Amino acid sequence: MSDAALWCRDLVKRYDRVVAVQGLSLAVSRGECFGLLGPNGAGKTTTVEMFEGLLRPDAGELRVLGRSWGGRGDAALRERLGVTLQETQFFDKLTVAETVRLFRSFYSRGRGPEEVLKLVGLAEVASRRVRKLSGGQRQRLSVALALVGDPELLFLDEPTTGLDPHSRRQIWEVVGRFREAGGTVLLTTHYMEEAQRLCDRVAIMHEGRVIALDTPQALVASLGAEHVVEFQAQPIPDLARLRELPGVRSVHWRNGAVHLTVSEVHRAVPAVLQELARQHAELTQLITHHATLEDVFLTLTGRSLEEGEPR
Amino acid sequence: MRPRAVAQIAAAKVRELVREPEALFWVFVFPLLLALALGLAFRAGGSETVPVAVEDGPRADWIVEALAREPSLVLRRLGPEAAGQALRHGEVVLVVRPGDPVRFRYDPARPDSQLAWRVVEARLQEAAGRHDALRTAHEPVQERGARYIDFLIPGLLGMNLMGTGMWGIGFSIVQARSRQLLKRLAATPMRRGEFLAGQILGRLVFLVPEAGILLLFARAVFDVPIRGSWAALTLATLVGAMTFAGLGLLVAARPRTIEGVSGLMNLAMMPMWILSGIFFSTSRFPDLMQPLVQALPLTAVNDALRAVLLEGAGLGAVAGELALAGLWGVASFALALRLFRWQ
Repeated sequence: MSDAALWCRDLVKRYDRVVAVQGLSLAVSRGECFGLLGPNGAGKTTTVEMFEGLLRPDAGELRVLGRSWGGRGDAALRERLGVTLQETQFFDKLTVAETVRLFRSFYSRGRGPEEVLKLVGLAEVASRRVRKLSGGQRQRLSVALALVGDPELLFLDEPTTGLDPHSRRQIWEVVGRFREAGGTVLLTTHYMEEAQRLCDRVAIMHEGRVIALDTPQALVASLGAEHVVEFQAQPIPDLARLRELPGVRSVHWRNGAVHLTVSEVHRAVPAVLQELARQHAELTQLITHHATLEDVFLTLTGRSLEEGEPR
Repeated sequence: MRPRAVAQIAAAKVRELVREPEALFWVFVFPLLLALALGLAFRAGGSETVPVAVEDGPRADWIVEALAREPSLVLRRLGPEAAGQALRHGEVVLVVRPGDPVRFRYDPARPDSQLAWRVVEARLQEAAGRHDALRTAHEPVQERGARYIDFLIPGLLGMNLMGTGMWGIGFSIVQARSRQLLKRLAATPMRRGEFLAGQILGRLVFLVPEAGILLLFARAVFDVPIRGSWAALTLATLVGAMTFAGLGLLVAARPRTIEGVSGLMNLAMMPMWILSGIFFSTSRFPDLMQPLVQALPLTAVNDALRAVLLEGAGLGAVAGELALAGLWGVASFALALRLFRWQ
């Protein structure tokens, strides 16, 4: 516990009568990139903000770099952390460089503004007003501001939500370089690809609880199936019969489509087609892909990650 | 408290304002326009005239002739109905109805109606044969410092200190809160006190041009005197600015939306606009209200500024007012620190 970068036990946070986080326990090692994965409203942001010292837990214990919040050491602890929040808008009328210098002034040690801007690929727009930045540039500015104090621990709350694939990849590269230098990352996301790509371990959150925690590979392997077959058919086929077909591990019904996790596609697909023909159901669409964390979440909760409603 | 952080926050604040043309207009141009408009409208020594109606009737011509020599009156001959309507609409301030006795119809609560009545009465009595028993002579005096514009300028300065202080600080803080920016700042090692001190420092940077432009303008255009010492003027202005910066912080301590803070802001400033002697003297309010009127920070600031600018009062003479204003500022600041919400 003492050598963990982040540690908490039985953490609880309520808003009015809604319990956002109920009894969460985690430990993140130094140098690790740890992902909190789940739909909106699962309690990811609440968890991160308690670690950041922005929210006070209603119950439970919490340590950040071996320290707890709420004392004279808070400012010293903040010197060692870098934070991006969801949806922060910075001063519209300041330039990118002015904004970085402003944030740099809060830290007693850290990197030069030019260095940080180069790191996130914003050196060319250093003299541009923040108002004029694209969404991807703003998000990278947000990461630059998190890095300006040369932190040991980086919190990224949905760093790439709403970004185009190119911007997303740029942010991943920055995170990758931060990790190569030995930094620890706590990241929330509802993008599977992001979690699979960046995270050493992932905790899947659902309704304020961790429902699964492991490496992305192990979580996918836990399905006992490597592939997913997704199809639509008219009329809707009898799901119970599908479950008994060879190679099929589980069956879910979501958004008008049937999802099967299967261990052997080459055996499962012909069997499914035969069964549909027997039920006189007409196939309208069929997709197969490798199983992902999305399928893990679906299997665990019967819901999709993307289904979580925006708050 | 680290000077570099405070200076950066203040610089951010100054940049935000300088790069916002609308804000520059309200801080720097608007007070000048207001001073110019009011200074021209109420300029002393102008041909002050009052409109008076004379109703048709017996000897109406004699009345018009008797009054025609009086330069301060503008006469209109109207039928009884039209005269009554003109009086109701404020187009004339007095209606003279010929007859015996000659009747005056007017609202005694209107000062210019009172003036018109006295002038008309005197002219008619003279025309009817009254002789003055006493010889009198008039010496028009136009002393700098006693005109309306002289009264107005310190009031406008006080009003501007209040407006810029409260809006300049309150608006930007609540905007930052609504954009999650305060929360983001709270996640850095920045200290609370550094942020609030930076806000106030940034505000003070504007004080010199803001007060300077208005006073220089008043001096150049209307020859408004600056009789007090620079030290006294600077201190009175500084105390005023700090007082309203503190009130601005207090008002902005909790609201999450611009609409919310706008309402609070107006609630705090409206009474002072009316009661604190910006456009007219606080002595017009009844005695019952005076304790309230005198307790307001803007009243204290305006009184101090007037005393320094117009009467050349020294620091000792305005110490009471400045202490009262300072008390408001310090108390607001302390309360704001306790109540301040970062998210």
